Formats: sequence, C-alpha cells, structure tokens
Amino acid sequence: MSTNNVILEVKNLKQFFRIDRKTTTRAVDDVSFKIYEGETFSVVGESGSGKSTLGRTLIRIYDGVGGDVEFMGKKISGKIDKETKHFITTNMQMIFQDPMASLNPRKKVLDTVAFGLDVNKLVSNPVERKNKVIEVLKSVGLSEDHMNRFPHQFSGGQRQRIGVARALILKPKFIIADEIISALDVSIQAQVINLMKKLQRELGLTYLFIAHDLSMVRYISDRVAVMHLGHIVEMGTVDDVYNNPMHPYTKSLLSAIPHPDPDSEKTRKRFVYDMSTVIYNDSHMVELSETHSVLTTDKDFELWSNGDYSLSLK
Amino acid sequence: MEENRILEVKNLQLSFQLDVGTNHVIRDISFHLNKGETLAIVGESGSGKSVTTKAILGLIDDNGAVEEGSILFRLNKNGKEEIVDLLHSSKSFMQKNIRGSKIAIIFQDPMTSLDPTMTIGNQIMESMLEHKLVKSKKEAINRTRDLLNLVGIDHPDKRMKQYPHQLSGGMRQRIVIAIALACEPDLLIADEPTTALDVTIQSQILELIKDIQKKTGVAIIFITHDLGVVANVADRVAVMYAGKIVEEGLASEVYYDPRHPYTWGLLSSIPSLDGKEEEILSIPGSPPNLIHPPKGDAFAYRSNYALAIDFEEIPPMFKVSETHFVASWLLHPDAPKVEMPDVLKKRLKQYAHAKEV
Repeated sequence: MSTNNVILEVKNLKQFFRIDRKTTTRAVDDVSFKIYEGETFSVVGESGSGKSTLGRTLIRIYDGVGGDVEFMGKKISGKIDKETKHFITTNMQMIFQDPMASLNPRKKVLDTVAFGLDVNKLVSNPVERKNKVIEVLKSVGLSEDHMNRFPHQFSGGQRQRIGVARALILKPKFIIADEIISALDVSIQAQVINLMKKLQRELGLTYLFIAHDLSMVRYISDRVAVMHLGHIVEMGTVDDVYNNPMHPYTKSLLSAIPHPDPDSEKTRKRFVYDMSTVIYNDSHMVELSETHSVLTTDKDFELWSNGDYSLSLK
Repeated sequence: MEENRILEVKNLQLSFQLDVGTNHVIRDISFHLNKGETLAIVGESGSGKSVTTKAILGLIDDNGAVEEGSILFRLNKNGKEEIVDLLHSSKSFMQKNIRGSKIAIIFQDPMTSLDPTMTIGNQIMESMLEHKLVKSKKEAINRTRDLLNLVGIDHPDKRMKQYPHQLSGGMRQRIVIAIALACEPDLLIADEPTTALDVTIQSQILELIKDIQKKTGVAIIFITHDLGVVANVADRVAVMYAGKIVEEGLASEVYYDPRHPYTWGLLSSIPSLDGKEEEILSIPGSPPNLIHPPKGDAFAYRSNYALAIDFEEIPPMFKVSETHFVASWLLHPDAPKVEMPDVLKKRLKQYAHAKEV
C-alpha cells in the first residue's frame, strides 16, 4: 500500500432526499475523507446509515447536493462535461449487492460483461470483444464456456463473479463494492473475498468496500469509516477502530459481532447504543492520532477519554 | 421415543418432481430434539435445511413426496401425552392440532411474513382465537399485551393498533416472534430469523430468543447458514450438506472439536477474531445438483481431504462420543490420520487460551 497518493478526496459531501414539503432525509451529511491508491477503504454501518448512498453519490448515480469530490486529480462533483463523465465511467466502477437483481436475465454473460466496451466504443470488432471478455472471465475464475450462458444458469457465487468481471472489463483504477457478499452463503463469501484480494494484488486496484459485516471488513480493509445516520462517527486504520474504538456507536457495533466460540459468547457483554444523548450536528471531527479520528463534542470527548460511557451505552 | 424427547426424525427421505427429473432434497436424515433445548441446523442454500422444517410442519408442496421415514412428535393435549407421526397425519389434523398451536415458525424476512393490511394486534390475536385458546376478545387483548411485553415492545396498547410498515425491521421481527408464541407452542422453528437484520438488531433478537426459552421452556430448531450466529444460542448443532447430516454434536463438540472437512470449511470461512491472517480458507466450488446426486460422499468433490472410498461409498455415521457423530470415512479406523487446516487449529487454540486467561 502506498500511503502517499490520494486517489479520491471527498470534502463535505452532502446528499439529501426530499420526502415531502416538511421532511428531508439527510442521507449523507457533511462527510469528508481521503482514499489512498492501492488501499481498501471500508464504510460500515447499519441499514439507513447512508453508506450505500455515499457510494452511489461518488460514482454519480445520484448528483450530490453539496461538497466536492476529487478523483485522480479531477473534480468529479457538481456540473461535469462529457469528457469527465467518460473519465469517471472508465476509471471508477461499481459492484452491487444482489447478483441476481443486478444482471439482466435476458442477456448472455458475454453481452453483460462486454456492455462497458460497447457503450464506450472501445472495441472495433467482435473477435477483439470476445477475447477481452474471455480474458476478464478467466481472471475472476470463470471459464470460456460460461460466456454463452444466462445468469439463471449460475450459482450465487458465480453470479457475483460475473458482476466483478463486468466491473473489471474497462480496467478501472477504483472499484466501489456495495455489500457484494451479504447475499451469499458464508462459505461462498470467503471465495469472493479472496478473489477481490487476489485481483487487488494483481491489478493494483483501490477499493471502497461498503458492508455491514464487521468481521469480514476487518479482514479485507486497511482503513475503516463507521457511518451512522449520514455521519462518519469514527475513522481510522483497522487497528485503530477495532482495537481502540472511541465512539460509543462503534463500541456497540463491535460488541454485536457474533463469534463462533460458544463459551465466550455465553458470557460476552453487549452494548446498546443510546443515541438520545449524542447530537451529531453539534459535533466535530477530533483527531486522536494521525490516522484515527472521531466525531464528538468537547464535553463528550472528555467523558469518553476518561472511559465514561454511562450516558450513551447500556 | 425416549421420555425427554419432543421430536424425533427418523430416516427421512424426501424428493421433488421437477420437469428435468427427481430432485433428491433430503437423503436419509435422522435427528432428535429434547424438551427445552435448542438445536441449530447449519448448511448452505440447497442443503435441505428449510425443507426439513417444512416437512415437520406438513408444508411440503404438491410436487414433493416423502419416500421414507417418520417424524414423531410428542403431542401434549390437555395434559394427555400421545406420540403422533407428523408425516402420516392428515392435513386437517395438522392444521387443527399442530401448526401454529403446538409447532410455530419464525421466517427470515419479517416484512413478507406479516400481513400489511392487518393491525399488529389482530395478527397476534388471530391464531389464539382460531385455536380457541381464549374465551373472549378481551382476554385475547390482555394476552397480546403480555406477549408484546415479553418480546420487548414498549407501549403495547399503542403498537397493537399500528400496521407493520410503521415499525422498524427489528420490531417487526419481534412481532413475528410474538405471533409464533401466541399459542404457547412446545416447539418453535426459527428459519434464518436474523439473516435480514443488522448486526446490532441480530444480537438483540438472539438474546430475546434465548430469554424466551428460559421463561417458557420452548424447544427450538434454529436454521442458519452461519455457524458464527448460533454459537450463542445452540445447545446442539447438526451440520447439513447435500441433503444429509454430516456432523452432529453438542455445541462445544462441533465448535471446539470439529471432525468433518465440511465443518472445518464452514468454520474457517469466518474471519478470525484478530483478522490478521493472509487468506481465509474458502470451500472451493459449489454444492452439487441433487437431481443427480454424486456417488459416495457428496462433499468429496469439494474436499481436499477426500479418500478414494469417498467417491465410491456413502460414509456411515461414525461415533466420536455419546453425543457426537460424524459421517466421514476419515473416522474409519483404517483411514489415514488427517488433521484439520492450520488456520482453524490456530484459532481453536486461541479460544482455549482466551478461556484460561
């Protein structure tokens, strides 16, 4: 991992959805972070935390309502021209959660995977197109024979491999993986994760990994951001967040991870986060170390530093 | 059936007729459930774990056929006990005496298992009125209030008048549990009850299920694909693969002394506590197609530990202890000695170490 080159920088990103005249959901509320080249940066949080909205806003499925995003030195937020759009689609790709819902059931694997090439007019003849698809299918552990089949003829793990192949065909630098393993069986999850790690090593990819499974995140990530209600409440290296969590929400999340160890599970203490005493809008990011920061108010920070969580954890 | 048992499944074989052939979903499984205990059935999708519970409830689709076996259930009716074979009971008998009243089920997705057009209160009261457990609507309302308290829902009187869409995912699953408990069943089947939920909600629901068992003494069958989830709740664990039980034992035996290569694979697919390892061990390939079940041990085709005989003959259940059984030729006295993968061995040592400290 090279820690110097920033590939993506997000400053004060905001994404709001208007529900009706009175209510607006602040799905992503003033979020800032940097992702370095070649690393895996994970965003964890529960449903409704805004983690998927964050990924979708970055890749411009949604237009953000505020903030700046800089990708490989180019501004990709706000109004962008055609050239920038092309730049984004060829360098940034996304893999989705449900491999059945994200593949067109009527298209052969060949056409699904080659779609990116077709849209961007990157191949001149069918032979070249086919060869590129075969190459990428092999890299994700599928074979040439799979090319002419339809999605329903594959198992869940294989379908997710097709999703990965589709994302890789344009040789992107940066991949957003949105809950790519949560629809899969545990045994198959490990296969897909190992594949993602292998591809990262071989192709030097950078990942934004969105997930709610904290044990898998720990295994795959270099740095982690914990999201809650649209805010990043804690961010740091894997060691920072898992071994020295500061924010009560992070603590409660970590305490809820199930372990395959019956004896320790029976005595384990779990925390329930009571958020009524914590107000995010009055909080600011406090740096605990060069890599580790937490969202807090001055008053809470003092309490938490002294290990006093009596107000926020039950 | 032994005195302390509530359910006994014997040599169950079940298949479905499809256009392309016969799908042998359950291939001769036997297990039992003691009163008041929790049995976890663990397996991948397609292993037959959900179909097993459907067979217990008599909910097999019309194209399904039981080829052999019996499912004995201890039916307690007004204090009189009798043993009935659920597989060979009529539909009306099951509906009147078993389903919903004596055996209840919690499904995976709380949104699709609740009726969006009925209030929470009416949905909970439905089965107790249907099974004539209460004499009046007023009594039903009182019981519903108690149930909502039991599953940890505040302001029960207000909640009773609300609809499912007004509640969060975790609350909905609590309602589904309340419905299942409405008739005080003797057996509760939980079919992946936490898979659709967030981790924090998942741990709350698991605690709740444990708590309810302590208070009511209900026996539970817990279906899941994730061994990590059930460590906290299971007394015994049965691991299913391709329509067979491949390992069965007390939770401590299966988690700390696993013997079947498939169980090894399942356990090492979960990243460890420190998350430091270079690569987690995954199980290669995918489960077999049971329209043409493979010859011999179905897992041999994905296993690094397969012996020649695995491709020829189906292994019998070898006895490791009075409570621990494993279907693998590796346990045959003549088999070469094979050890579990290093990753797993290291991790088990860690657990043991953590216990001593």
